[in-house]
Amino acid sequence: MTFPGSLDDGDAGRAVRIADGDAVSLWHGDADLRGVDAVVLPGGFSYGDYLRCGAIARFAPIMEPLIDAAHGGMPVLGICNGFQVLCEAHLLPGALVRNDHRKFVCRDQRLRIENASTAWTSAYEKDQEIVIPLKNGEGGYVADEATLDRLETEGRVVARYLEINPNGSYRDIAGVTNERGNVVGLMPHPEHAVEELTGPGTDGLGFFTSVLESLVAA
Amino acid sequence: MTVDTVETATKTPEQPQPWAELGLKANEYERIRDILGRRPTSSELAMYSVMWSEHCSYKSSKVHLRRFGELRQETPVGKLLAGIGENAGVIDVGEGYAVTFKAESHNHPSYVEPYQGAATGVGGIVRDILAMGARPIGVMDSLRFGPHDAPDTARVLPGVVAGVGGYGNCLGLPNVGGEVVFDPSYAGNPLVNALCVGVMRHEDLHLAKAAGVGNQVILYGARTGGDGIGGASILASETFESEGPVKRPSVQVGDPFMEKLLIECTLELFAAGIISGIQDFGAAGLSCATSELASAGEGGMHVILDRVPLRDSTLAPEEILMSESQERMMAVVEPADVERFMEICAKWDVQADVVGEVNDSQRLTIEWRGEAIVDVPPRTVAHEGPVYERPYARPDWQDELQAATPSSLVRPSGGDELRSTLLRMVASPNLCSRALVTDQYDRYVLGNTVLAQPEDAGVIRLDEESGLGIALSTDANGRYAKLDPYLGAQLALAEAYRNVAVTGAKPVAVTDCLNFGSPEDPAVMWQFAEAVRGLADGCQKLGTPVTGGNVSLYNQTGETAILPTPVVGVLGVLDDVERRTPYGFRSPGHIIYLLGETRDEFGGSEWAHVVHSHLGGLPPAVDLDAERELAEILHSASRDGLVSAAHDISDGGVAQALVESVLRHGVGARVWVPDGLDPFVFLFSESTARAVVAVPHPEEVRFTGMCGARRFPHERIGVIDDEGALEVQGQFNIPVDELRRAHEATLPAAFGE
Repeated sequence: MTFPGSLDDGDAGRAVRIADGDAVSLWHGDADLRGVDAVVLPGGFSYGDYLRCGAIARFAPIMEPLIDAAHGGMPVLGICNGFQVLCEAHLLPGALVRNDHRKFVCRDQRLRIENASTAWTSAYEKDQEIVIPLKNGEGGYVADEATLDRLETEGRVVARYLEINPNGSYRDIAGVTNERGNVVGLMPHPEHAVEELTGPGTDGLGFFTSVLESLVAA
Repeated sequence: MTVDTVETATKTPEQPQPWAELGLKANEYERIRDILGRRPTSSELAMYSVMWSEHCSYKSSKVHLRRFGELRQETPVGKLLAGIGENAGVIDVGEGYAVTFKAESHNHPSYVEPYQGAATGVGGIVRDILAMGARPIGVMDSLRFGPHDAPDTARVLPGVVAGVGGYGNCLGLPNVGGEVVFDPSYAGNPLVNALCVGVMRHEDLHLAKAAGVGNQVILYGARTGGDGIGGASILASETFESEGPVKRPSVQVGDPFMEKLLIECTLELFAAGIISGIQDFGAAGLSCATSELASAGEGGMHVILDRVPLRDSTLAPEEILMSESQERMMAVVEPADVERFMEICAKWDVQADVVGEVNDSQRLTIEWRGEAIVDVPPRTVAHEGPVYERPYARPDWQDELQAATPSSLVRPSGGDELRSTLLRMVASPNLCSRALVTDQYDRYVLGNTVLAQPEDAGVIRLDEESGLGIALSTDANGRYAKLDPYLGAQLALAEAYRNVAVTGAKPVAVTDCLNFGSPEDPAVMWQFAEAVRGLADGCQKLGTPVTGGNVSLYNQTGETAILPTPVVGVLGVLDDVERRTPYGFRSPGHIIYLLGETRDEFGGSEWAHVVHSHLGGLPPAVDLDAERELAEILHSASRDGLVSAAHDISDGGVAQALVESVLRHGVGARVWVPDGLDPFVFLFSESTARAVVAVPHPEEVRFTGMCGARRFPHERIGVIDDEGALEVQGQFNIPVDELRRAHEATLPAAFGE
């Protein structure tokens, strides 16, 4: 999916191909999902993020069929800016705010996969530790206490930061899912860890193989 | 508001004009009157003044820069597809790919307004690359500041770094390397040099020209506003005085989101084959774009200035012509293609307006509200500005400086003193970890970054199938250049060349960003002339043409110039990026070799600077034949898998190279001092044409055989282990954790972490 200002759309496509899927480019201005089986909302700065991150992208024409499809069970992964868009579109609870240290941060981040049963994480073991790049300026995950408690008790925290909390996210939350487990938002970038050559490893590939396996199984 | 038209100008020849305030000299103003046969209109005066400024016209540097044009226009891997003189030179890197790269300074704006100054520096160089028809694929930034603990550095550095990051990150371009250097001479005049690299297929090369009578001139991108008016002539050509007018409004304001749209939109326009000519908007805005385009094509152009979309409707025509509003481009399009052009711009939400037409009048004419306000021969604005043979002379203090050699400085002796010296060195501002800066830059975006900072060079993959890729490094050492500008420029070239070579790449081409003080000072002009001569001679010897570059003069505070700082960028080619050599030690048991000859060389060294605040003597000797030999060894070793790590030796010597190699993956190493070498000289000398490499044990015979066959000095100096310490046998032992603490604490402590 490409919004004006999307940056990691090509990388997301490459990750899908490396996982043996067919990557199809979707355009924000089309109200058509072109028959795809799953959607990745990539990282970047949609519309420059001059308002609130993802706040304008959620009104793009393509978001209407996407929201319907997500409610119908289609796997949707929002990475970084894509996570912000999913929160703005109310497909996921909470919001993402400016990093607590107020600077952009790019680092290889260790995570623990806490929910290995979503459409996007089934290739991992529960509590598996992975290292993938993290890069954001507004990646602090926030929600009210009641929402956070509910996410914890329902097992909807998908991944948590280990070693350091890079952006001030509440309860070290790096990613969350919806009740059904088909929509996942993740602040770090699995699509940048799919080749030994260009990433810190290939720990991110599991997100893309997971969704392909779940689609084949279904 | 009365407008100064061509007609008025003809009728009022004696009307006084503010040419001096606009930075023109009396003789320059007279020349404009001669060219036009009348006094210029105020709009014409605005155009000439910005285009004839030092920043745009290179009037003081041109006579020296010609040396670069005399170099063979060929690289070790092929011909140049476009040379110096275009926006950026274009290099054939094989498999039908061409690469273009260039560096540019944004020094003065970054001092006035660090965030926007640095951000728009990145934006400007990216548009230069885009205007060649290339897709920008990476950026680097070469930064210099005052002392790390000076209060003003705490204002300038965070703003500059956030600006470079804020703009580059939002554009989606990986930042793969650069430099951060601290020296008191940059306290009132920081250096912000940004480099961009782009890639294209050979057939997609586009050169700026406005060919074809009747073709339409389209301005697209951002609206024109009141920012950056006179930025080029006023900001870039004047030195900073403590008194004087407030200059803040002269700095441009960047919109990286618009630039991202402009990139995608422009590449789609190129792909559609409907661009006959194109020019980015850099310094001097519309004045530059129209005069450059007109003089490159049929020689004539008519522009209707009222059609330029404005952010501020009160702007006067002179201001519109001078505005440096960012994120704008100008294209020349055949009439039949205009509709398609507009459709593509609309798809990307980019505003586009036809503002003029190409003709064969040999004049650039501009009208405003129905009246002619500009009527000039475009070449006189763009290319035939004044050229000065500024007087230059070796300063009288140069001999004294070179005579003050570091030989009398007290050296550490014994293991304990060497140990504490090493810890002090790795924590010093110029040798400590740059993570505080580089962690604010996205190095992963686009998914082709194979190596990025803190590696010696950035390596970017061009082709996923074949693995073809490039390596890039920028370097400079202002202290070396102060001691001897000719050698200083060659040392910068040698270091950048070596940094590219250690990755296994073949170095092929050079760009530069020459930062110096006032050209009106004969001592500075001598430094400049010597540096250019040194760089040109060095490039000739290495077979690497200078494909483009930038000169920034007037970098001084009052009478005090910055250290002469010729920043040199070298581009290398890797046939297969899988074969690249990183610098970090990883595998215990691999043997550590020192390549090259170590001499007692401490003039301008980091040790003399850190420990004794001393600058004197001569910089290390340059041996470009040895650099070339070393590069070939490193290239072959990478291709044949003979080395698992390779690290350039430069500032801080072998000690610094070993520390960085060990810290990369947290392994240990046991090292011994070679026979006949003094331990201090071994650890801290900055002799050139050297590298540290790690060799897997089974490859040792082949590796030493190759070095021996080439008669290149190679010495077994240690072995990688997993003992968690750097041990120099018989001298000292430092745990890796202690090294790491020393190396990583300095910048966070200075800039508030």
